[in-house]
Amino acid sequence: MPEYTLRLRRYDPETGEAPHYEDFKVELEGHRSVLEAILQVRNEQDGSIGVRCSCRAAICGSCGVRTNGKAGLACHTHLDAAAKNSKHGENVIVVEPMGNMPIIKDLIVDMEEVHWKKIRRVTPWLVAKEPVPEREYIVPHAAMVDVTQTMACIQCGACVSDCMTMEMDPLFVGPAALAKAYRFVGDPRDAEQGQRLKDLSEDPHGIYDCTHCFQCIEACPKGVAPMSQIMRLRRRAGSDFHIDDRNNGHRHEMAFIKNIRKNGLLHEADLLPDSYGGKFHPRAVPELLSSLPVVLRALKTGKVTVKKALLHEHKASPEIKRIFDTVENREVRLEYNLYISGNEDDLADDPADTTGGTATATLAPPVVEAPAVEAPAEPAAVETPVEPAPVAEPAAEIDTEAPAEGEPTEGDTQ
Amino acid sequence: MKVAYWPGCVSRGFTPELHGAMEAVAPLLDLELIGIDRASCCGAGVIAEHNQELADTLNARTFALAAETPGELMMNICSTCQGAQSECQERLDASAEYRAEINTTLEAEGLAYEKGLVTNKNFLWLLVEEIGLENLKKKVKRPLTGLKVGPFYGCYIVRPTDRLGIDDENPRDQYMQMVIEALGGEVIDYAGIYKCCGFPIITMNKKASLQMAGTHLADATDADADCLVVPCPLCHLNLDLQQPMAAAEIGRDLSMPVLHLPQLVGLALGLDNKALGLQRHVIKPTSVIDWSTAVIGSTVEAGW
Ligand code: SF4
Ligand code: SF4
Ligand code: SF4
Ligand code: SF4
Ligand code: FES
Repeated sequence: MPEYTLRLRRYDPETGEAPHYEDFKVELEGHRSVLEAILQVRNEQDGSIGVRCSCRAAICGSCGVRTNGKAGLACHTHLDAAAKNSKHGENVIVVEPMGNMPIIKDLIVDMEEVHWKKIRRVTPWLVAKEPVPEREYIVPHAAMVDVTQTMACIQCGACVSDCMTMEMDPLFVGPAALAKAYRFVGDPRDAEQGQRLKDLSEDPHGIYDCTHCFQCIEACPKGVAPMSQIMRLRRRAGSDFHIDDRNNGHRHEMAFIKNIRKNGLLHEADLLPDSYGGKFHPRAVPELLSSLPVVLRALKTGKVTVKKALLHEHKASPEIKRIFDTVENREVRLEYNLYISGNEDDLADDPADTTGGTATATLAPPVVEAPAVEAPAEPAAVETPVEPAPVAEPAAEIDTEAPAEGEPTEGDTQ
Repeated sequence: MKVAYWPGCVSRGFTPELHGAMEAVAPLLDLELIGIDRASCCGAGVIAEHNQELADTLNARTFALAAETPGELMMNICSTCQGAQSECQERLDASAEYRAEINTTLEAEGLAYEKGLVTNKNFLWLLVEEIGLENLKKKVKRPLTGLKVGPFYGCYIVRPTDRLGIDDENPRDQYMQMVIEALGGEVIDYAGIYKCCGFPIITMNKKASLQMAGTHLADATDADADCLVVPCPLCHLNLDLQQPMAAAEIGRDLSMPVLHLPQLVGLALGLDNKALGLQRHVIKPTSVIDWSTAVIGSTVEAGW
């Protein structure tokens, strides 16, 4: 059996001792989990090691740690895989508490401030639409499939641990809470979608504070892809509810779109004032003044010529304009969600495999983002949720075997 | 080798020295760059955030245009292009039905995207996977001996790992280190290698954005790096152009030169500083110039 060196970060605020690393040797098969190794060390070598866990099967979300610098579930990380990307020597596995959170003891962190409080902040329950029907709400099936990805969250905090905006701005609402927000924004039964979006757009630490670093996608053991949910929130807020937030998030997005439509290539000199509402928008003035040194610096170093800054060298071809017009004028936005619809090849190669990768793959047509409440008439097919529609239908029907809460099950952890 | 070349927008706008350096280095690596003329911006994630189908259609068009060139594959010089385009390609390749939908829009122009139509590689990947490190080593005229270089990958080229094809066979998240070593330089390990420069939130949360840039630059300074090297012009904007503001934000003096990858390669292949546009940086790469003049006996004229 291979021998691993478990290098644990130890810290107990009560002792007054500085944080330090301690090595423990464990003999375990490579397919065993990092959590099993920690528990073995705790049972046999040092009973004082602090670690939180419960299910040991990637379901409860309590064992979030950083293994070799990457956040994830200790019970869902194999020893051999962890050892392979170790920079610390052969079979050395460094386990540390999650980041962005205060440490209670050793590997146990306090998730209250950066996680639970933020989750409560997004009103994580359904605000029922009136009138409440006597029996169940009838909703488009596709709309519910659309939110299954966020339902898979087990609140482990791995995404929060590695979030790069959170590192600099602890007030950022954060990946887990924003993914949770989409759970309700995307739910057609919710009465407060517009209010929720307005709130999260206007908050300077809300949806426009995400720096698009993909860390949360990388960290999440459940394929929730919080960043993708944040982008969905932005699409809803900007395109469906036309929320013009004070953080310039929506303006920046629209300035960018306008810019590419017009120039084909990005024209930065135009982008800046447009992001703040155009050269003559009052909001643009202070921002432009503060960016002036940057532009002057660019001019001075010869990065940008005056001509470049003022004149357009590129013009988008009519083809590009046509594509913009065609796609933007659709009544519903097309979105292909790999989590839900999968890759048809994976399905063809191994129809039995539903554990690996992101999700239960279903041969489904592209997901049509469920239109917002005010959006014009929905295609009729979307309204008939229960009958499994033929796969070729271009509507939003998805195979009824959509991943339910908590799925896909992580069969390979034990 | 012929490649369909996608320089992106920023390399021709705010960081023209990148495009210039790439053009100067290409012949030394036996690369023939064939521009993809009518292509549009990849959207840098922002178009996808606005409308996924729009981003997928524009990039499907770029791929189709690339396939029309005699290039063996498509090459970009921008992490953000790589990430944004890989994301679109992943969706386009996943479903025939979705592709058909996209192709309906492209049809009018006589273009179509087929599954796996092009392989799109950042210059970094191409260096290691197509040109090869051994081959690269042979071309080195002026090894970067003693130059301490901190790699800065940025986000789009390393995450998510599966989409970007990072695995045991292709450890693409180690390529910068490998290239620096192949060029004879010394790799500096510091906390910011895989962090975000903060560029995407510069208009929304300037403080946090500049803090990110400042922190990584300060970490590299503390690790005693002479310079950083980036495969992404957007990272360069926040790390170089904004460096004075980032320094003010974190309350520290900073003067960390930031080189584009083709500039670093060009230096080692013997090109002079001017040809590589080093004078166009906001932070003058004095340490790099000092190094290069020391190496070749001060024949290189600094030029500023
Ligand atoms: S993508 Fe956004 S939410 Fe996710 S980790 Fe990065 S900054 Fe945080
Ligand atoms: S989104 Fe993923 S990483 Fe974040 S808390 Fe939920 S399960 Fe954990
Ligand atoms: S990522 Fe940047 S440089 Fe690359 S095409 Fe898009 S906007 Fe242009
Ligand atoms: S580091 Fe910054 S500019 Fe570079 S890829 Fe990340 S977000 Fe983009
Ligand atoms: S112990 Fe429950 S998720 Fe790891």
